[in-house]
Amino acid sequence: MRYIDPHIHMVSRTTDDYQRMAQSGCVAVTEPAFWAGFDRSSAQGFFDYFRQLTEYEPRRAALFGIRHFTWLCINPKEADDPAFAREVVSIIPEFLKCDTVLGIGEIGLNKNTRNELIILEEQIALAERYNQLVLVHTPHLEDKRKGTRLIMDALSASNIDPGKILIDHVEEHTVAEVLDRGFWAGMTLYPDTKMTPQRATDVIEMYGSERIWMNSAGDWGCSDPLAVPKARLEMTRRGHSMALVDKVTFDNPLSFLSQSPRFHL
Amino acid sequence: MTQVNATCPMTREQVVNQYFLEHRAKLLDIAAFLDRLDRTQGPGSADFRETAMKEAVRILIDGQPQRAKRVLDILSDSTTELPQSAHGMKGASGAVRPVAASTGGAK
Repeated sequence: MRYIDPHIHMVSRTTDDYQRMAQSGCVAVTEPAFWAGFDRSSAQGFFDYFRQLTEYEPRRAALFGIRHFTWLCINPKEADDPAFAREVVSIIPEFLKCDTVLGIGEIGLNKNTRNELIILEEQIALAERYNQLVLVHTPHLEDKRKGTRLIMDALSASNIDPGKILIDHVEEHTVAEVLDRGFWAGMTLYPDTKMTPQRATDVIEMYGSERIWMNSAGDWGCSDPLAVPKARLEMTRRGHSMALVDKVTFDNPLSFLSQSPRFHL
Repeated sequence: MTQVNATCPMTREQVVNQYFLEHRAKLLDIAAFLDRLDRTQGPGSADFRETAMKEAVRILIDGQPQRAKRVLDILSDSTTELPQSAHGMKGASGAVRPVAASTGGAK
């Protein structure tokens, strides 16, 4: 068995996690830039973080035979200060030349503010200008449905093919709209605030297996880097075919990510 | 609304056998949480989250499909206003605050 975890924050995980993921069949991860749990005090902090994502993590993953790719951006939580955010965005193009960078992400909204939306639009424009894939973060809890709609409207106003955009952290109240508008959908298997493997399997049963994937979004919070293999187990326990299990945990991520010429196993 | 009939490959009996104990435990967690609220000290009126949860619980036994989606809809912000900045806003709470907006920990 082999799978791809297309959204996990390995900078927050231990090397033991890479080992356990490899033992569980993980062959590749993609790591979006995100909020580190605290607000960084300067754009230089992001420069160092982008170096960590593009230089250090691929080497650490390779020790266990896992391919590591990344996405760059300023995350929505730290994007609420537009002047600061623009300073960070200005350093992204030089990193887009790196061999393991797949696109812009995870951009999106956090509290659905006008400031966040301005920077989201500017980062969408950046992705369009450099012909990059886009990975989108949607807000948490009560802010998710409203934020997801705002984000989709902003994306639809661009000229980026929705087939090159993945909208992550969908749940039962957002997945249908995301798929209906032609985007890819990601389900995050995350205790407490997002999806369980059981609910993610329910969604696949109800909404199908086209343009959808599952990820752990493992990070510094209560999260599980083995969430994807656990979801595979949940699907097989229910009697789903291995072909379907492989489709949503390997084939679909492979199809979406391979739109970047840099992604290969 | 999405057609959801017969999309799970298991029989009704298989689903009950596999999941009943897990969800019995979650049901008891909710019951105990509501009991705990009743046993709290001092005065206090129902918090908006408590009210939202009780509204959502009604969906569980209404016999209609897509309960998870409809519960999430109840717990979602339906406003259209956009604040300029998140400065001073509180963290995401899981239900809609009656007046002011909320915050939180985006990752």
